Amino acid sequence: MTESSNHEMNNEVPWHVRMIPFFDRYGILIVIVVMCLVLWAMQPEVFLSWRNISNIFKQTAANGMLSIGMFLVILTAGIDLSVGSVLALGMMTLAVSNASGVPWPIVLCLSPVMGMLAGFVNGVGITKLRMPHPFIMTLGMLFMARGLANLISGGVPYSGLPDPVRFLGSAQIYLGEFDGTRYNLPIVFLFTIFVYLVFWILLEHTVFGRRVYAIGGNPEAARVSGINVDRTLIIVYTICGFMAGVAGLIMAGRTNSGFPNAGQGMELEAIAAVIIGGASFFGGRGQVLGIFGGVLIMGLIRNGLNLNDVSTFWQQILIGGIIVLAVFIDVLRRDWGTRS
Amino acid sequence: MQTQRLKVDTPLLEARNVSKYFGAVTALRDVDLQLWPGEVLGVVGDNGAGKSTLMKVLSGLYPPSKGSLHFDGNEVQFHSPRDARDLGIEMVYQDLALAGNMNIAENIYLGREPKRKVLGGLISLFDHKKGLQMAKDHLDNLKIQVKSVEQKVEELSGGQRQAVAIARSIAFQARVVIMDEPTAALAIKEVGKVLDMIVGLKDRGISVVIISHRMDDIFYVCDRVMALYHGANFSESHLKDTSRSEVIGWIMGTKENVRELAHDRVK
Repeated sequence: MTESSNHEMNNEVPWHVRMIPFFDRYGILIVIVVMCLVLWAMQPEVFLSWRNISNIFKQTAANGMLSIGMFLVILTAGIDLSVGSVLALGMMTLAVSNASGVPWPIVLCLSPVMGMLAGFVNGVGITKLRMPHPFIMTLGMLFMARGLANLISGGVPYSGLPDPVRFLGSAQIYLGEFDGTRYNLPIVFLFTIFVYLVFWILLEHTVFGRRVYAIGGNPEAARVSGINVDRTLIIVYTICGFMAGVAGLIMAGRTNSGFPNAGQGMELEAIAAVIIGGASFFGGRGQVLGIFGGVLIMGLIRNGLNLNDVSTFWQQILIGGIIVLAVFIDVLRRDWGTRS
Repeated sequence: MQTQRLKVDTPLLEARNVSKYFGAVTALRDVDLQLWPGEVLGVVGDNGAGKSTLMKVLSGLYPPSKGSLHFDGNEVQFHSPRDARDLGIEMVYQDLALAGNMNIAENIYLGREPKRKVLGGLISLFDHKKGLQMAKDHLDNLKIQVKSVEQKVEELSGGQRQAVAIARSIAFQARVVIMDEPTAALAIKEVGKVLDMIVGLKDRGISVVIISHRMDDIFYVCDRVMALYHGANFSESHLKDTSRSEVIGWIMGTKENVRELAHDRVK
């Protein structure tokens, strides 16, 4: 640390550095509000209709589950590429076992349990097999889980699920009728809020959560502080897998089926939502509320582009650009906000 | 101090005949070390002399390949730094081992977070309020000044980080603090503050082992100095019975006068 920058910090902090806490806190909110205003201006009739809004909730729920699990992993400076395949594995386990007559209370649990198992294997592989990077282990799991999903189903979709299994993905609460419109609130929206609340408590207010942040900040410091880093990582990947399984349950409920190529590429959408939501690939940074915002932004982009009849090809290009921009903002923030 | 120490006949921390091998490499060979209650011991030696390895053995990070460790006269075995910590042996690492993305308070309590039980003890939550207050009291007690204990560590200067690392090491009834090059990465004006902190530890009755390359540090804070050479004990002395040039000679592996050695080498 040189004298001159010492001076700078003490006396005159440049305006763009002083703005960092403000944008850390409100940046995503501002983006969401602006996006809503733009979409509303472009499609005044459709965008703010209840039907469209509840659609956004339903469509983003599965990504919301994947993203919050992914967030936990990215907080430790890791990555989980397998969540899309694990979603499919959970979904197919559920659908196939239902078709072979397993009672619904068990079927209901199978997808999350399968996800947990896959996540546990990821965690053990990364820590105990000492894989050089989580990328490798979870890339392996990406293929293995997809292969398993195809294997148990013979590569064909299964449709028709009992109502209790579909409940989470498709049930709605009837709110009432106003001006001739029926208002229904999807259960999955309430569930998403509940899950994010649980993760907020987990990360901000439990010892486990603070240790996850510490591992992301400096794994060596965590290790010499007596934190069992391996055990914590195994738990983190298990939770991430569990959330992928929950996403599988939700998607099965919404589509009333299981199809073995479900969730393809969704790991990348989840990563995009987490990065847009303000988490850092370097680990240790980001908040649950930000991730919620990131998921919402991804949902709004898709929704807005669909409403305006933009082709999916352009959607991909746009989302790619937004990811690069979001990470660039993260890089700038680190440059401005850190002394070293 | 001096007379008090003479009365104590058991070292607080002792290594006896400790050897450490990494594969075919011998990092330490039959090394003995005694640390007496309330003393500051300097450990010197050239790069690769085994100083850091010895410190990591003492702090429980490496198990010794041979030999034994004794604490308060009892033989002890450390399976992890946690075991050493439970006895009150703390280490301040050269790279400081702080998490930059977390605030000062959280770094001080990392691994030993204050908890509060909710829902009748079913769930244990991290007690933010208590942690902040304890960190603040602790830093005030050590006269370490920071803007706020909620400041992130990555926003601190090198000297402030070192202060936090030292504060962290004595936050929980430390009896021995081991420091690896505590002044190596600091700006010159911050070195003095850190050295005064080390003297402050001694005044609290904490024993300190300090590795340093800087003779100024050794002669400012230490009571005794020991030298390692090629992984073995080379020499040791009370500070008042030695001189800088003699200690520098030990580092270079000679007990002769250093100037003559340098002269010989030129020939």
